[in-house]
Formats: sequence, C-alpha cells, structure tokens
Amino acid sequence: MNLAYLVPLFPLLGFLINGIFRKQLSKQAVSIIGCGALLFSFIVSITLFFDVKTGGAATIKYFDFINISSFNIPFAFQIDQLTSIFLLIITGIGFLIHIYSTSYMHDEEPHHFARYFAYLNLFVFSMLLLVMGANFLIMFIGWEGVGLCSYLLIGYWFKNNNFNYAARKAFVMNRIGDLGFIIALFWLLAKLGTLSYHEIFTSAALAKLSSQDIIGITLLLFVGATGKSAQIPLYTWLPDAMAGPTPVSALIHAATMVTAGVYMIARSNLLFAMAPFTNQIIAIIGVATAVFAATIACKQNDIKKVLAYSTVSQLGYMFLGLGVGAYGGAVFHVMTHAFFKALLFLGAGSVIHAMGGEQDGRRMGGLKKFMPITHITFLLACLAIAGVPPFSGFFSKDEILSAAYASNPILYYFGVFGALLTAFYMFRIYAMTFLGKFRGTEEQKHHLHESPKAMTIPLSILAILAVIGGFIGIPEVFAPNAHLLENYLQPIFAASAPLKHVNEVAHSTELLLMAVSTILIILSIIWAWTKFSKYEDDGKPTTGFAKVLENKWYVDEIYDTVIANPLIKFSAFLKNIVEKSGIDGIVNGIGKFIQYSSRQIRLVQSGQVGGYILMMVLSLVILFLVFWNQAYISHFISVIFK
Amino acid sequence: MPIQYYIALAVTLFSIGVVGVLIRRNAIIVFMCIELMLNAANLLLVAFSKTHTAVAGNPLAGIDGQIFVFFIMVVAAAEVSVGLAIIVMMYRNTHSTDINFLNRLKN
Repeated sequence: MNLAYLVPLFPLLGFLINGIFRKQLSKQAVSIIGCGALLFSFIVSITLFFDVKTGGAATIKYFDFINISSFNIPFAFQIDQLTSIFLLIITGIGFLIHIYSTSYMHDEEPHHFARYFAYLNLFVFSMLLLVMGANFLIMFIGWEGVGLCSYLLIGYWFKNNNFNYAARKAFVMNRIGDLGFIIALFWLLAKLGTLSYHEIFTSAALAKLSSQDIIGITLLLFVGATGKSAQIPLYTWLPDAMAGPTPVSALIHAATMVTAGVYMIARSNLLFAMAPFTNQIIAIIGVATAVFAATIACKQNDIKKVLAYSTVSQLGYMFLGLGVGAYGGAVFHVMTHAFFKALLFLGAGSVIHAMGGEQDGRRMGGLKKFMPITHITFLLACLAIAGVPPFSGFFSKDEILSAAYASNPILYYFGVFGALLTAFYMFRIYAMTFLGKFRGTEEQKHHLHESPKAMTIPLSILAILAVIGGFIGIPEVFAPNAHLLENYLQPIFAASAPLKHVNEVAHSTELLLMAVSTILIILSIIWAWTKFSKYEDDGKPTTGFAKVLENKWYVDEIYDTVIANPLIKFSAFLKNIVEKSGIDGIVNGIGKFIQYSSRQIRLVQSGQVGGYILMMVLSLVILFLVFWNQAYISHFISVIFK
Repeated sequence: MPIQYYIALAVTLFSIGVVGVLIRRNAIIVFMCIELMLNAANLLLVAFSKTHTAVAGNPLAGIDGQIFVFFIMVVAAAEVSVGLAIIVMMYRNTHSTDINFLNRLKN
C-alpha cells in the first residue's frame, strides 16, 4: 500500500525524461524508458491489487493540496477495489499498447518518436491520477490531463491541418462536458464543504442534500461523463479522434479516457442511486447511443471509423448498465471492452501497417493468408465484441442486458437490437478486410506482410484475455457465487445496493434471454459473413438510407448549422461590426481628433508677433468679462451642477 | 476734476497703445505704444492714489499707489534699455526695424 505513489510516478518520470531529452535519446532508449515506466507501474498495480484483496481499501494522504480555513482538500490517493481493477486495466493494457507502439511508430523521426512516448506516458499518468485520487479534485486534475493528452496525441501529426482540427474538436467537446463536471463539483463543495469520497458518500452527508440538489449534481456529473465517454450529444469528437496514430486510438478507447465517465459514475454510485430520474436519463441516453452509433457503424468503410463507432456504442451499453443500477456489470464491461477493443484497434493498426497506411475496407480483402496472427486475433476479438459465448463480451453484455430487462423490457429490446447491429458491422468489416480476394493495388499486395513480433505478441496476449476475460464474471445462472468480479467489488457498491429497486429476473427467464440473444447474434454474424465475404467494390455511390448512415446521420452537419455556424457568424459580427467600427472606431477616433486639432492649433503659432499680441489682448478682454460677470457665472454653474 | 476724466484719459491712452502695438510694424513705434500703455496705467494709479488721500484726509493713505508708479517707471526703463538693445542688434543684422520680418526662428 505504501508503494501506491509509485504507480503514477513512473509514467510521470517517463514523460519528463522522454520529453526533456527527446533530442538526445535514441529510439531504443526512448522505448525502454516509455515501456519500462508502464511495466513497473503494472507490477506495483498487481501488488496493490493483492493488498486490497487481503487488507481491504486504504486512503493514503500525502500533503495538503488546498488548505483554507473552512475546507481542506488533501492530495491523497484512495486505493480500493474499484481503483485497483482500473489500475490493472490501465497499466496492463497500456503497457501492451506501449510495446506495440515501439514497432508501429518505428518510421518516425527520433525526437518525434520520443515526443509520442512522452505524451503516451503523460496520458497514462493523468488517467492514473483520475482513478487513484481520493477526492473529486484529484479526479478533476486527471480528468483535464487526459483531455489535454488526447488533444496532443490526436494532433500528433500536426503538419496535417485536418488532424489538428480533429484534435481541437475533441478538446472543445470535452471542455463542454468538463464545464458540467466542474459545476457539479462546486455545487458539492458549496453544499457539503468537502470533495473527499469518504466524506461525501456517507448517508449523513447525503442527507444534507435536497432531492433537487442530488438531481442537479448527478445530471451535471453525467454531462461531464457524456463529454469524456462520448455519449449523445457529445460523441462526435471520438470518430474524428481517429486522426491520431492507431495505438493512441487503442489507448483512448480501451484503457483510458473514455472509461473515465464510467469510472466516475461507478465511484459516485451512492449519489446516483439516490436520483432515479437521472438514472432513467442515463439509461435512455446510453441505450440510444448504443443503437445510434451501431447503425452508423454498419455503413462506414474506414476500418478505424467502424471501431470508433463501435466504441461509442459499447460505451452506450456501459451507461445503460449504470443507468439501470448494474454498476458491477458496467465495470465488468469496461474491463472486457478494454481487452477486445484494444485488440481490435491494434489488429486494425497491424492491417493498416501492412497495407502501407490504407484504412479503407473497400480496398482490402483476403488478408487472411498474408497475416495469420492478426487474422486469428481479430476474429477472436470480433466474436468477443459480438457477444458470442463463451467469449468475454458475452458475459458482460449479458449482465447489463439482463439488468436492463429487469428494469424495463423496452431498454432490453433496444439493447439486443444494438447487439445484433454490433455483430453485423463487426463481421462486415472483418469479412471486408480478411475474407474474399485482395482488392488493393499490386504494389500493396507485394508489400503485404505479417507484422513484427513487437506487434503480434501484444495481440496474442490481448486475444487470450479477450477469450477468457469473461470467466471472472460468470452469472448466477451457471454457477452460484462464481462472479468473482462482483464479489471483489462488493464493498464499493454495498452502500447503494439497498437503494436499487431492481426486481431480480427469474433464472429461467434469464437463460431464455441469453439463448434468444445468442441465436440472433449468431444469425446476424452468419448473414454478415455470407454477405460480405464475396464483397466487390462496385464504386457506385450509396443512395437513400444507406447514404444517411454513411454520412453519420448528418449529425456533424446539424451541429455545424445549429451551433457552430451561428456562433461563428455572431463572432464575425462582433469582430467586424462591434469591434472594428465600434470600439476601434472610438479609440482611433480619439486619436484622429487629437491629430486633427493639433494640425489646426499649429496654425495659431504663426510667428507673427502681432498675432500673438492680438491673442493676448483678446484673452485679457475675455478675462475681464469673466471677472466682471463672476457672480452671474458662479450662480449659473451652481444651478446646473446642484 | 472728477476721477472719471482721468479714467477716460487712461482708457483712451491705453487703447491707443494697444491698437498701436497691434497694427504698427515698426519696432520703435511698438515700443512707444507699450510706453503709452504703461503710462496710462501710471496715470490711473496716481489719480486713484490722490483721490484716496483726499477722501481719507490722511497724507499717507494711498501712498502705495505712488510707490507702484515709481516701480513701474524703473522697470519700464530697464525694459526699454533691453528692448532697444535687441532692436539695435536686429537692425544691424537685417537693416530694418520691421517686426514681421523676424517671424521665423531659423536663419
């Protein structure tokens, strides 16, 4: 436990060393520093996990961060069950992604390579702060840190302006969410005077909050979560975030940033359990996002875009779980999703690497025989994300869906529909990429190769995890008390458990639901497989509904016309009219007036002595007049300026 | 003699002085006009001082007016000596006493 501070320290040191000495270090040294930092963090995380398992949670205070008479915010870490699970996910998967990156980014210039690893380490450091902090402020520091790093990494190839715009978009959309989050924090601070989890999540503290307070705070926290975790309406940054290098996408989508919202709500489960209204909103938004993003993914051709929308969709499932009170299920899904989504992204990266930067699925195909390891791991990940038993996705998705059924069957139907779409689009992109015959150029065909070891080994490890990861959460139906994760997390959600009004689903019903959804998913997979394994690119533009899906429901365009363009027009009005003619006009007008009057007054100084004397005389006369009429003048002034 | 006569004479003299200074271009004449104005002021000072003495019945009342007159004369004399010196120098340089001739500071 007393080693806890080492976990974020290693990535921070890695960031500093790689960042400061990026011009001096060789690529090899950078790789060793970058990956080593994560490896050490991972080892410490494992020890922390076992410490928590045997000794329970602990809070370690390091120093007073903010100390003002009325309230004090210590810089402290809280290592409990939830944190330790997240630590393992972040550092473990992060480490694999780092290893993979060493090979994937090999063609970069040395100092850019070092810059990349410095950002990656900083990213992990921020995420670690986010999950380790013992109060909301430390979480907020990490929260902002991952936002910054996502900006830096999405815009890593800063010479391409479109990538910079994507980075900016991610940053700005996240700021909108962060605003909600920070207002919620101020609200809590104003009402309770503290931000520590230990002090907030007690019945005594929560009794001080009125129901409006709780609904307001939870809704604002959820707004923060929608930004980070890419839910409707703030999800459009995430597909654009594909501008960054592929391992970054894996890191953002699997291990770190997007799970922050889920972590935050799971951490505040007691607060959320007291706000049924907010929970309904979360569940509805979650399931809407899940289905909506899945429909878009069905018509995307860019392999990374499909994966991006699938992330949005899977996050929707997590929020559905949070909304219906299956906090453990949501965390479980975060974990399994981290395994298979990291694997999918790294597999896609491996494909892109082999195709020489090509990302369009229409120009791939038949890669099965060129890249056996990538193909097998990708297939396993697709099966996992589709929710085919006994792969990991099946268990976590089923847990969420059965909880949704218990809460409201309509949510469940939508959820299953989303799952069918998921199976369909994953196998569509799988078939387009690996099956059939190669549709790219001859040159690309010549260049096709299996990726080097540094890329295939992480793929294999993640594939193993994606296959067996689900067995830590075997539902009650199959074996009593075998849900290891839920048992482990039980202390975290113990307080909110009595507040949930979840009517348990009967075991027979649950089995039936599982069977039905599994059969449907398998049918959906078979359909996609047969339909797209013989895919031929006819080059015809899509029409009708397919076109709407291909253009992502035109959400970006709607945002542009409804929000962005009016704002831009308004700012143009302010710039051209108000500032240029108004404020600048006044300032420059004063200057111009002074200049003009100086030009006029200059003429008085003609050098003609007579003129001077005339002026003198005239002023004397005026003075005489003034003094003679002094009484009248002073009376007049006193009347005016009473 | 009522005091108004003195005032009228002084105003007339002063006005002549002012107008002279304003419209004449010969430096000597301008000087003379300045003297006229000074003397108009002197005339007023003496007139009021005498009136003061007569009204108060005290030989020392209003004496300061007369003292001022002497001061003004002394200062005027000094001023004239300086002014004339300048005019002489001016004349040596330009062979004229026209004040508008010197309206530029250069050359």
